[in-house]
Amino acid sequence: MTLVDLRGRAAVAGIGELKPTRYANGKTVPHLILEVAREAMLDAKMRPADIDGLLVAPPLLGAPVTFASMMAEYLGLQPHYLDIVDPGGASAASQFIRAAAAINAGICSAVLCVTADAIDPDSFYTRGAVVMGLPGAEFERPYGPMGANSGYALVAQRHMYEFGTTSEQLAKVAVDQRTNACANPMAIFHGKPISIEDVLNSPLVVDPLHLLEIVMPCTGAAAFIVTTPERARESGHPNVLLFGAGESCTHASITYRVPMTTSPIKESAARAFEMARVSPRDIDLVSVYDCYTITVVITLEDAGFCEKGKGGPFVWEHDLTYRGDLPVNTHGGQLSFGQPGLAGGASHIIEAVRQLRGEAGERQVANCELAFVNGNGGILSEQASLVLGREA
Amino acid sequence: MTSQQTREYKKPLPRPTLISKPFWDGLREERLLIQRCRACGGLQHYPRPHCIRCLSLELEWVQASGRGTVYSYTIVRRAANPAFAEDVPYVLAVIELEEGPHLSGNVVGIAPEEVRIGMPVEAVFDHVTPEATLLKWRPR
Repeated sequence: MTLVDLRGRAAVAGIGELKPTRYANGKTVPHLILEVAREAMLDAKMRPADIDGLLVAPPLLGAPVTFASMMAEYLGLQPHYLDIVDPGGASAASQFIRAAAAINAGICSAVLCVTADAIDPDSFYTRGAVVMGLPGAEFERPYGPMGANSGYALVAQRHMYEFGTTSEQLAKVAVDQRTNACANPMAIFHGKPISIEDVLNSPLVVDPLHLLEIVMPCTGAAAFIVTTPERARESGHPNVLLFGAGESCTHASITYRVPMTTSPIKESAARAFEMARVSPRDIDLVSVYDCYTITVVITLEDAGFCEKGKGGPFVWEHDLTYRGDLPVNTHGGQLSFGQPGLAGGASHIIEAVRQLRGEAGERQVANCELAFVNGNGGILSEQASLVLGREA
Repeated sequence: MTSQQTREYKKPLPRPTLISKPFWDGLREERLLIQRCRACGGLQHYPRPHCIRCLSLELEWVQASGRGTVYSYTIVRRAANPAFAEDVPYVLAVIELEEGPHLSGNVVGIAPEEVRIGMPVEAVFDHVTPEATLLKWRPR
């Protein structure tokens, strides 16, 4: 059920990414947006006048009305297409799809997609401001959920119950991704390898999830410029094309999701693979949202890399490092790279572009031609899947 | 079961809306009420202004059995909200009602480590303030 076949009809002209930092160090979200957007424009060999589309995403504490036009003005852009895109952590991948669709609808020709956040991790979880009055909130907040942490813990517990998944198997995801981060100087946990014992010995925060299975909020930003394949060639980089895209959303609160352990990635990934006319077996790099270890296991299952329920044994048996038989999140994933708000989701796109261009340095995956990217929002709620590939 | 009212209750409380007020009023009277559609017979929780299956406005409140099972749970060991600090570790669970719908709630009256998925539970009406009653669950 593909509405518009975008296969090969959009490309990434430029990328920018800031190294995540533990503290904002006085920088504001608009400041970070400008820093990273400049990098992406320089990488694309474009000037602000070349950009005629802008997609932003809100920082986690919220964005004001007209945030997109405020950022356009601050950036010195006068776009013919602008919007704020917010399916949570799936925002960056959703920006990509909206940019590609807008370009192919003839609305604009070069879209700057940018996400940034300035987060202080010490106060992130205790910032208060309980929003009652939103649908469903009054039926959950009184019982003390711990934001996304408890939501994914519920999923992990149920996955263990249904399929026998173990904490050791989940820990393996964090360990392999940390190995990747140790080959990525941009990662916040670069130079700090961990073992399965380290993960299992880290404190339980929300059973069955340990501290080292939970993403760390931080400060950072990412940007990428989507344009036509022809225009992207002018950037001088190996051309990275969009081959497939799909989105799906089945719920907001995990409380009401049945079955809790199957995500809408099943639908979004199927659409992306169908459009790209490839299957998971063809993928050289998996670059998928990893707010928690369980997220990666469920993504691999629902995207079709392994059978449903076999994600635990699958990650145990495969080497997920950049040297391995199934490289997953070679930048370290957000678990080891850092999660600068919704820019965390963009890190999976940036890494895929680097790998497909052959610019990943020490962690370069050999013959990397096809990447699967997934953005995940809420508690496995909103999904945006991409198949990206190097132009032959 | 009534919480000790020795201190001001600082945790988040529901602010009932036009739509949700009958649910919260029901809990205060120790009745668990769920919306049922008179047109298609569907049950829905949480409450809405219309039936999200058939769009009918003919919704009625029916009393649920108050029995269910633990669909999933987690033990929260760190309080995100300081008001919960004295409660950790506590159990946050998704309960599957006998009637079908799922609800969020706490499992009480059992050591957190002993909670299991599939465990049969029954409703406990916790009158945390004179106005607000929260729905909790204990093994049955």
